[in-house]
Amino acid sequence: MSLHSGKRQQAPRPRSGRVLSYLVGGLSILIAALAFGGTAQAQDDDGQAIFGQLQYRNEQGETVVLPDVEITVDGVGSVTTDDNGEFRIDVPDGEYSVTLDIETLPPGVSLSDSDRAVLPVVRVADGASQRVLFPIVEGEFGAPDRASTINFRRFAQLTAEGLKTGLYLAMAAIGLSMIFGTTGLVNFAHAELVTWGMLSTYFFNFYGFAGAIGFMAAWPAPFGGGVNLIFAAAFGVAAGGSMGWFLNRFIFKNARRAGVGLIAQMVMTIGLSILMRYLFLYNFRGNPRTFGDFAAQRAVSLGPIELTRKDLLAMGLSILLLLGVGAYMQMTKMGKAMRAVADNRELAESSGIDVEKVINWVWVSGAALAALGGVFFGLDQVKWDFGFRTLLLLFAAVTLGGLGTAYGALVGALVVGLAIQLSTLFIDAELKNMTALLVMVVILLFRPQGILGRSERIG
Amino acid sequence: MDWGFIFERTFSAMIGPEVVVFALAAIGLNVHFGYAGLLNFGQVGFMAAGAYGLGMTVHWMGLSFWLGIFMGIGYSVVLALILGLPTLRLRADYLGLVTIASSETIRLFVRWRGNRGRTGASEGIGEFAGAFYDINPFKTGVFYQFGPFKFLGRDLWVLVVGWSLLLLAVLVVWQLMRSPWGRALKAIREDEDAARALGKNAYALKVQALILGGVIGGVAGMLQVVQKASIQPDTFNPVITFLIWTILILGGPGRVWSPVIGSMIYWSLIVFIENVLRGLPDGARDGLESTVELSDFNIGQFRFILVGLGLVLLARYRPQGIFGSREEMALDDR
Amino acid sequence: MTDEARPTDEDHGSTAGGGGAASVRDAVFDNPIAGVFDGVEPVPGAAKSDPILVAKDVVRTFGGLTAVAVDHLEIQRGAITALIGPNGAGKTTFFNLLTGFDKPDRGDVSLGGKSINNVASYKLAKQGMVRTFQLTKALSRLTVIENMKLGATGQIGESFWRALITPLWSAQEKDVERRATELLERFNMAHMSDEFAGTMSGGQRKLIEMARALMTDPRIVMLDEPMAGVNPALTQSLLGHVKGLRSEGRTVIFVEHDMDVVRDISDWVVVMAEGAIIAEGTPDDIASNPEVIDAYLGSHHDSDLSEDEEFES
Repeated sequence: MSLHSGKRQQAPRPRSGRVLSYLVGGLSILIAALAFGGTAQAQDDDGQAIFGQLQYRNEQGETVVLPDVEITVDGVGSVTTDDNGEFRIDVPDGEYSVTLDIETLPPGVSLSDSDRAVLPVVRVADGASQRVLFPIVEGEFGAPDRASTINFRRFAQLTAEGLKTGLYLAMAAIGLSMIFGTTGLVNFAHAELVTWGMLSTYFFNFYGFAGAIGFMAAWPAPFGGGVNLIFAAAFGVAAGGSMGWFLNRFIFKNARRAGVGLIAQMVMTIGLSILMRYLFLYNFRGNPRTFGDFAAQRAVSLGPIELTRKDLLAMGLSILLLLGVGAYMQMTKMGKAMRAVADNRELAESSGIDVEKVINWVWVSGAALAALGGVFFGLDQVKWDFGFRTLLLLFAAVTLGGLGTAYGALVGALVVGLAIQLSTLFIDAELKNMTALLVMVVILLFRPQGILGRSERIG
Repeated sequence: MDWGFIFERTFSAMIGPEVVVFALAAIGLNVHFGYAGLLNFGQVGFMAAGAYGLGMTVHWMGLSFWLGIFMGIGYSVVLALILGLPTLRLRADYLGLVTIASSETIRLFVRWRGNRGRTGASEGIGEFAGAFYDINPFKTGVFYQFGPFKFLGRDLWVLVVGWSLLLLAVLVVWQLMRSPWGRALKAIREDEDAARALGKNAYALKVQALILGGVIGGVAGMLQVVQKASIQPDTFNPVITFLIWTILILGGPGRVWSPVIGSMIYWSLIVFIENVLRGLPDGARDGLESTVELSDFNIGQFRFILVGLGLVLLARYRPQGIFGSREEMALDDR
Repeated sequence: MTDEARPTDEDHGSTAGGGGAASVRDAVFDNPIAGVFDGVEPVPGAAKSDPILVAKDVVRTFGGLTAVAVDHLEIQRGAITALIGPNGAGKTTFFNLLTGFDKPDRGDVSLGGKSINNVASYKLAKQGMVRTFQLTKALSRLTVIENMKLGATGQIGESFWRALITPLWSAQEKDVERRATELLERFNMAHMSDEFAGTMSGGQRKLIEMARALMTDPRIVMLDEPMAGVNPALTQSLLGHVKGLRSEGRTVIFVEHDMDVVRDISDWVVVMAEGAIIAEGTPDDIASNPEVIDAYLGSHHDSDLSEDEEFES
């Protein structure tokens, strides 16, 4: 639920944007304060009433209020919830049934139990107002647990979605797997590189380079105004690659040289992921947004499958790119060197390969790919913590495919993507990310080196 | 600026419930990582196991609070077994991956709508801590003041119990680590093959360590939710795990008291900084807002930015923390 | 340092080479198992009079490669047996298979008559088998005395619940400490018992590892390249300790590349090449065995075969 719902998708410009962001910030504080305080506060007692506040917690744990929902107290009347999701109906002593009109709930939310749309007995007496509760959750399904019918159309659609998720995941997973292969480091911050790509592209899309250097705001695009998404994406990928270069050159290479152990480096990546994520939140704020171009597109039908043109384009691009990466790894000198180092670092070093150079390229290209993955994911939604939410999926993908091989990451990502989307045929959509964990646990039990990995277990 | 208020807040925070809960969780993690060399990136999952074990037993099954504690411990044990038995034969990274995945899964599962009748889903569980507060010798609504500390009777009881549990945990860990069991564990942490060649069942010892640290984590979770008198799935998120790691590394892994000291330092520092920022005179506040856009709204986020930065610097420059010794430095493996 | 009860090397002159060298040397050095190899044919798979370790049809493959394929091997109880061979012969793999650190594709291994197939490595210590490692594993983060105490088997205090109650294990712990100090004195390291093993020199760490292995009171001691990277002075010291093990009635198997060492202390030599045993015999038998020479010359091994030729007359 975006605070910007109903407003134009274009974000404000930097200078004048500050005023607006204060307003937004202030409003958010107010709403947040009210939301958190709301559960404990009683209303001023001017006569007795039936009251309440409609809100729910979204997947990230943020509380979102629901305005414009109709509540009816039978025999007395109806009200709609105000901007803070609150409602209040004055009533004389008695017992009432209170009904929430499901039709007036916004899309994307529903009662956690559709049987509780009506509260049959609410007693009000002695001048004490009565608070009522309607538990509301994010999600489309009104009734719990009933998986929708399994038919070919759904299967085909979910397969397409799974392919889409898998392809985009693969872009990030390759870098993660190769960084592990060449340096032995499990990079917990890799998911933030995805977010970085998504956010920088958004940034270039709307501000050009201006946001970074304020006085450029008045200049023409790409310095001043925003640029078309395609160029913005190009800049975003460049930003991604640069971040990868930066992290390796100034943080990890330095740490390697100083003899910092792998576990300590791993903890560093954890710290980095927290640092980056909250810097993102700090600057980008918590609301999800979308890119300025190609935002609302109608879906195109391909037989039983429906995808938007941008999805199809992005998927096609990813396939091409992944094929390109494959070709690169197989045929170019650097590509082969990367594979060699990832497979056996000592051996590669002794055969004359400049390992540090390879590591540098792995970080740059891995981060750039991850950034592009972020752009593709961002076609649906741009959010500060998107990367972190996919961390679990990324780990599942590289574990499944085999830590240390690029092809493994690709295979693993496709399988994970398909698995989580197709799993919604059988289980509640809310749980689909759990499928990724299941995949990971199963693989660790039976083939810990993954599909394409080498056997490196402790004896 | 009201320094008196700031210091009072800071001192209270230093011995307050967050410190105790996080210190307990960090003691558990210390057993895992500091002593056994296990990479547990899902300690918050153990906290959730304890908390929900308690809450579900009391609230949904209507059984006694004490049985709930037992169940909470039981859930933690089961979780440790589920995670450890398959992965402890493999390389250390795998436990790390599995634990981070499982703690998130627990959170997702527990907040799932379909579990409304078992875990309360996204609303969580309330009304389970009654028995705990019934035996509170302090008067609930009354303030007790001693020195710079001031606590409500209700919170004071939580603190008394909490610090006692903390002491008990420290004692247990201290006793175990000076015993031959602890010695064998230290050996396994450093070189599993050598330990096995000398007849130590490395696998079993690691599983035991995982269970011990997990149970302590579960107790931390139970204490946390009893203090809040409410169990909410989203409080058991991965960032908590990494806060615990920060505290552990700050104090120094592998030392008995360091999780406690680390927790105290961390929380007093955070509370101090946040209160200073909030308490700045208007001129300074406006200045901060216009330059770095720091407002009341995002001071809380600032905390995490500091944590992230702190963790990177700690791991890089002083992985043995404040009290760890370079010789016994736990992070310098491999 | 050798065991005081036994005559030292300096008390007797060196011996001449030739076929009777083995028994002469045995007599000279007062070998407790003198003569036990008389009558044993110097062929691969030869039966021994009192085998403590028997390996039958042990095979280990990696991918398509056969790393180890041993038809039959018997290790004589109480003797010092050397396992030699060029690089890549499969010695360490075979060693790992015998000590439970690797699982063979097939085969039977028995210790003291009892099968130890599929027995986990840690259980073998209780059955009296201990091993050391090529890369010395003196635990640096433990002190010398802690390293030693670690070696004791059957410690009550190692069980989780019992560890919580000190009185249950304190008596045994004192006993273990006493034994550890005695052993350290024998190895002349008692004065360093409270130092961290990580601060010791490489040679000292080798001694720690060997002393620690003895804490398990093993029947059979498996040493993986005990002299690797050790200076000549320390080599003599270690050799003395190894002979000391034999005096105590323990069996020793060691993997070694240094032919001088092999000739010096082994009672029996087993030669591996390309995964199989190609020769067995006394050190003298082996030195003159053409197949052995071939195997070494065929690979890039730098053993000092030239010195062996002196004994061939």
